[in-house]
Amino acid sequence: MKNNTADKIVWAKKDLLGLEYLSREEIEVILYTAQSFKEVTTRQIKKVPALRGKTVVNLFYEPSTRTRASFELAAKRLSADVINIEVEASSVKKGETLIDTGRNIEALKIDIIVVRHNCSGAPNILARSVKSSVVNAGDGWHEHPTQALLDMFTLKSKLGHIEGLRVSIIGDIAHSRVARSNIWGMTKLVAEVTVCAPPMLIPEGIEKMGVKVTSDLDEALKNTDAINVLRMQFERDTQKAFPTKLEYFKQYGITDQRLKKCKKDIVVMHPGPINRGIEMSSDVADGANSVILEQVTNGIAVRMAVLYLVAHAKREIVA
Amino acid sequence: MGLKEKSKILNKEGIEKALERIAHEIIEKLKSIEDVAIVGIKNRGAYLGERLADKVKSITSTSPPVGALDITLYRDDLTQISEQPIVHATEIDFDIDGKIIILVDDVLFTGRTIRCALDALIDFGRPAQIQLAVLVDRGHRELPIRADYVGKNVPTSLKEVVEARLEETDGRDEVVICEKVE
Amino acid sequence: MKYLIKNGRVIDPASKIDDMIDIIIADGKIVEIGKDLNLKSSETIDAKGKIVAPGFVDMHTHLREPGREDKETIKSGSRAAIRGGFTSVVCMPNTEPPIDNSGVVKLVKDIIKKDALCNVFVVGAITQVRAGKRLTNISQMKKEGIIAVSDDGSCIEDKSLMLGALKDCKKDAILLIDHCEDIRISSGGVMNKSFISTKMGLRGMPKEAEYIMVKRDIDLAEKASSRIHIAHVSCKESVELIRKAKRDNVEVTAETAPHYFALTEECCVTYDTNTKMNPPLRTKEDVEFIKKALADGTIDAIATDHAPHTDSEKDVEFDFAPFGIIGLETALSLSVMELIDKKVLSWPDLISRMSTNPAKILGIDRGNLKKGSTADIVIIDPLKEYIYNKDSVESKSKNSPFINWKLKGKLCDVFVRGKVVMRDESIVVGSS
Repeated sequence: MKNNTADKIVWAKKDLLGLEYLSREEIEVILYTAQSFKEVTTRQIKKVPALRGKTVVNLFYEPSTRTRASFELAAKRLSADVINIEVEASSVKKGETLIDTGRNIEALKIDIIVVRHNCSGAPNILARSVKSSVVNAGDGWHEHPTQALLDMFTLKSKLGHIEGLRVSIIGDIAHSRVARSNIWGMTKLVAEVTVCAPPMLIPEGIEKMGVKVTSDLDEALKNTDAINVLRMQFERDTQKAFPTKLEYFKQYGITDQRLKKCKKDIVVMHPGPINRGIEMSSDVADGANSVILEQVTNGIAVRMAVLYLVAHAKREIVA
Repeated sequence: MGLKEKSKILNKEGIEKALERIAHEIIEKLKSIEDVAIVGIKNRGAYLGERLADKVKSITSTSPPVGALDITLYRDDLTQISEQPIVHATEIDFDIDGKIIILVDDVLFTGRTIRCALDALIDFGRPAQIQLAVLVDRGHRELPIRADYVGKNVPTSLKEVVEARLEETDGRDEVVICEKVE
Repeated sequence: MKYLIKNGRVIDPASKIDDMIDIIIADGKIVEIGKDLNLKSSETIDAKGKIVAPGFVDMHTHLREPGREDKETIKSGSRAAIRGGFTSVVCMPNTEPPIDNSGVVKLVKDIIKKDALCNVFVVGAITQVRAGKRLTNISQMKKEGIIAVSDDGSCIEDKSLMLGALKDCKKDAILLIDHCEDIRISSGGVMNKSFISTKMGLRGMPKEAEYIMVKRDIDLAEKASSRIHIAHVSCKESVELIRKAKRDNVEVTAETAPHYFALTEECCVTYDTNTKMNPPLRTKEDVEFIKKALADGTIDAIATDHAPHTDSEKDVEFDFAPFGIIGLETALSLSVMELIDKKVLSWPDLISRMSTNPAKILGIDRGNLKKGSTADIVIIDPLKEYIYNKDSVESKSKNSPFINWKLKGKLCDVFVRGKVVMRDESIVVGSS
């Protein structure tokens, strides 16, 4: 119960923009706080008054049902008021600028903006333009910090610790914000991270983030404690990387057969939504090693922790 | 600003005796402890709760369920305090519906902590009754709250701070009065 | 009006002068240059502790007029030029409409005549509407007064068209300036492709997008026995290719911009759109190669690639912001700090990269202090330090990553065609 690091550190950040910008201790504070919120979600009345009177705005420039719902539920369980604003990405260029939108939303006297954007760095730009807290709910290929935090939270609850674990991230690393946030977070908590993708989907210089790189799935699975399987999105850049979807499944799909050669209690994660039969087979997705649904449940606790921490970030005391 | 220790109001033995007396009072007042559950308020109240449960057990040979409550999320001063309080886990792994809950804390002062605890408890279910046991009541209530069981009543001034120290958290058992010094 | 500039360190690489001598200006010309000159009834300018040099020549400027006068005009841009010591600037044809026929050239020339506070030379487009499909009428534009051609901002993809353009330019004895970028490689990129772009999640423009085109241009220029000038060289590989081509006697010249030796891709990490340019900021290693190339003459000139954009265009997501920064007012200071102070170039070398060489490449009679030549002169305080703040920016646009930087080396006085346009750091012509 007692966590020494978490006890000493006081959260001082207004925003959560990415795990690159956090220290190991800060990540541990979030995970520790999330543990307490996890308990809240098991109560009869799953609601606490910690953000009573505060308003959270979900500003989404990209369609997303699950992340938005998870943030919305997290905010509501903290007794915050929530509004959702969806901006069509196609109208962005013609319409109001991000900074103007941010300032207009802030004029509504709100406290936290949760932003999802198809451009990398949009939350960074927003955060320096408004006084409200900004929480990144996924930006371009850059970061998706709450997803990585919930992945780590799930892994920690399954295996007890992160330090020293071998974790392989499999899929389109080049275009994945989930991959980047996972790499920052897991390496800061001293896990041994391997990324595995077809050569064209391994981004330039990724090894400098402190990960092992391979295009051989068997190598990535060997002796690994957990795998995080990314969703394959068949867009312009990814299509070139392999001949067919079926071929991708043959080379990189996670199947029961492949899992049998792995550690018995290997943890299988996926940020969802799953393309069954492309990045993983149904028997794996629904199998005993899969924690995919637990990830969804944990997502709420982690997002509650993040909203709580940024809302009450230690502010400078004016004498 | 610092704190200067003025006097010790309870030593190890005094604390033990106070808890023992509270245990007897609870049994006497409630007749049966069948429906009793003890919930301590984190941090020190939680340890006192565990000790109180042991006392009850040694008298009645039945041990009531014990839980620990973290009230951080219910504080009414979250937006005012400069330091962000750390949220600890609440551990109540029994159903509180219909139970007589003995809420335990170390020092009863303004009553605001107890108000938080009542709100928090009610989010877990609908207990039959909630009663309050404290090691020390120092007065100066800001809310209409009183304790059902008090280890020791201590008249204090607002300049004073009452500190309960426990083996589990501070390495020794004692309750002291300190004075704020500039 | 006659002027006597006394006590300064006069540097004129064209005539190999670096000496404490005086200059007399009269009727727009340098009438005397030598030791201990005296002249009655003239204004004397004491240049003690200062450097007196031929006015700088910027061979790469975007003045935005006509069409985007909200970003810059010939008037505001030439004011910025004076502030930076550029007595001559060369404006690129990517205006709206583009400068791709003699009519537009004439229009621009008329505005220059009316508004410009310094010499403004015009570049015509290589292809019609800069679309890379059909050549423009280069000889006719030349008659109207263009001094070079370029599709800057775009690269001519079609190799046979490029070869044709080079042959045309040879026939018309005019310089072709190419923006080297293979857009199929850089496709949609917004910064240098590297670990930094990977961690920032931004689409990268790899160096090969630049140097593959540099290589092609060198090959085609050799084939056409024509000159070619490579704009804004930013990376090691381009430097090496140009160095080799020069050794092989290909008639290639090259420029770089101050940001390619003053900044690296690391500056992008805050998603500041004032670090977004094309070609993108590169690595530390590239910066070292650019400096070496400036020192050994592989890169002939420092040009600004002054590219004004409004705040509302730049205050957006990194992906959406236009490429480019303003540069006229900071070029000298950045060169002093990065090249002089770091012992990459001597003062005479720097003056040659900023004045003598670009004038020579463009074939204009500027960039020297010879007796009888046009009196385009700058007086520089080489040690003066100042904060470059937004309010001081003369350009209509303020898109500079150097805002609030402490800079060193400042222009004190500027003469254009023998007229004082800046005196004691104050611009004395036109109204702002």
